[in-house]
Amino acid sequence: MSIMDQNGGSVIAMVGKECVAIASDLRMGNQALGISSNFQRIFPVTDRIFLGMPGLATDVTTLHERLRFRLNMYTIKEEREIAPETFAHLVSSTLYEHRFGPYFIEPVMAGISKTPTGKYKPFIAATDLIGCLNFAKDFVVAGTASSKLYGVAEGLWEPDLEPEDLFETISQTLMNAVDRDAFSGWGCIVHVITKDKVITRTLKGRMD
Amino acid sequence: MQYSFIEPPWRPRKGYLIMAADTTAARSIVKMKVDEDKIKTLSPHLLMAYSGEPGKSLSLKDPRDTVQFAEYVERNIRLYQIRNLYPLRPAAAASWIRRALADSIRSRKPYVVNLLLGGYDTATHEPHLYWVDYLGTMTEVPFAAHGYGAYFALSLLDRYHNPEATLEEGLETLKRCLDEVSKRLVVSPSKYKVKIVDKDGVREIEL
Repeated sequence: MSIMDQNGGSVIAMVGKECVAIASDLRMGNQALGISSNFQRIFPVTDRIFLGMPGLATDVTTLHERLRFRLNMYTIKEEREIAPETFAHLVSSTLYEHRFGPYFIEPVMAGISKTPTGKYKPFIAATDLIGCLNFAKDFVVAGTASSKLYGVAEGLWEPDLEPEDLFETISQTLMNAVDRDAFSGWGCIVHVITKDKVITRTLKGRMD
Repeated sequence: MQYSFIEPPWRPRKGYLIMAADTTAARSIVKMKVDEDKIKTLSPHLLMAYSGEPGKSLSLKDPRDTVQFAEYVERNIRLYQIRNLYPLRPAAAASWIRRALADSIRSRKPYVVNLLLGGYDTATHEPHLYWVDYLGTMTEVPFAAHGYGAYFALSLLDRYHNPEATLEEGLETLKRCLDEVSKRLVVSPSKYKVKIVDKDGVREIEL
């Protein structure tokens, strides 16, 4: 009966070889009653950064609007695209501003940045609902199926996966985890961010 | 960047939207009124059905609350139309109303109002339906319901909703839902108002 479980939903992000993937389910419900099987929880931030927001659905929309505003202000002032690391801190400080009346969201970010030597560095991060950052080297999970996601991801993930293998790994991890969670599921969406393109695919899932 | 979220799988649809609401105004266990219209016409092509949150305590669910909020929305949508000489499109109206509820939920005395917002977009010639609750949760859906009847209506609509159905077939599906609610719900409403919005605007019909 936690407010974090009101609407359900889960997000996962994984690191690969010069690529990252972020995926979420598509369910939005009211407690156990499913309302929508097409709820957008992952948003593009720049060409190479995506943000996933599991948690209370009203705050998903509110926080998305708020971050879009702050990001636009950053882009205009700096006259350049934001770096993934900087964006993570922007999300973190936006959440911590509401330390004693938080947005009930646990954001997950995924992106790649170009290093001065011309290489591509994958980046993933997650925060809790008050903005405590967690920079992981392998994968991050959040949402109502997070406990299951940890288990499956721990078993399936390996270092330096190519984009297509990473897609398979993150898809299998997410699908098998959300099928064990009553509040997540109803289909999934997966984004694989590579150095020259973003591959977006939707997955059909169990509808029970 | 070129990016759009996946197209909702239920498109394309026939160009209409049906909305129905019962006409009883109740206070606790007492029926106060049996001819209340709970579907407001916000603009020539926009409908809003509103109700309180079922199961919430009476102090939180003042019937004036729902009506007050509906009138507040109605007048603001009208003001926009007067100022700009064109009405808000369904998606924009839904966003504005959602924001009003999202701000309200973190205020001293939140409105406890659940909404269904349905409109016909005269620019793209497509109907849109939004499910909005008192927390400010909003999602676009092919069909939706609020209240205790929702448990029955949604199950039936999962089975019988057809995006290609004609208006007559759509109304038949609506009747099945209302009949099921009458059959299974302990305290079922006796009368419904049914409104349709399509390219010609809003009209009320008798089932």
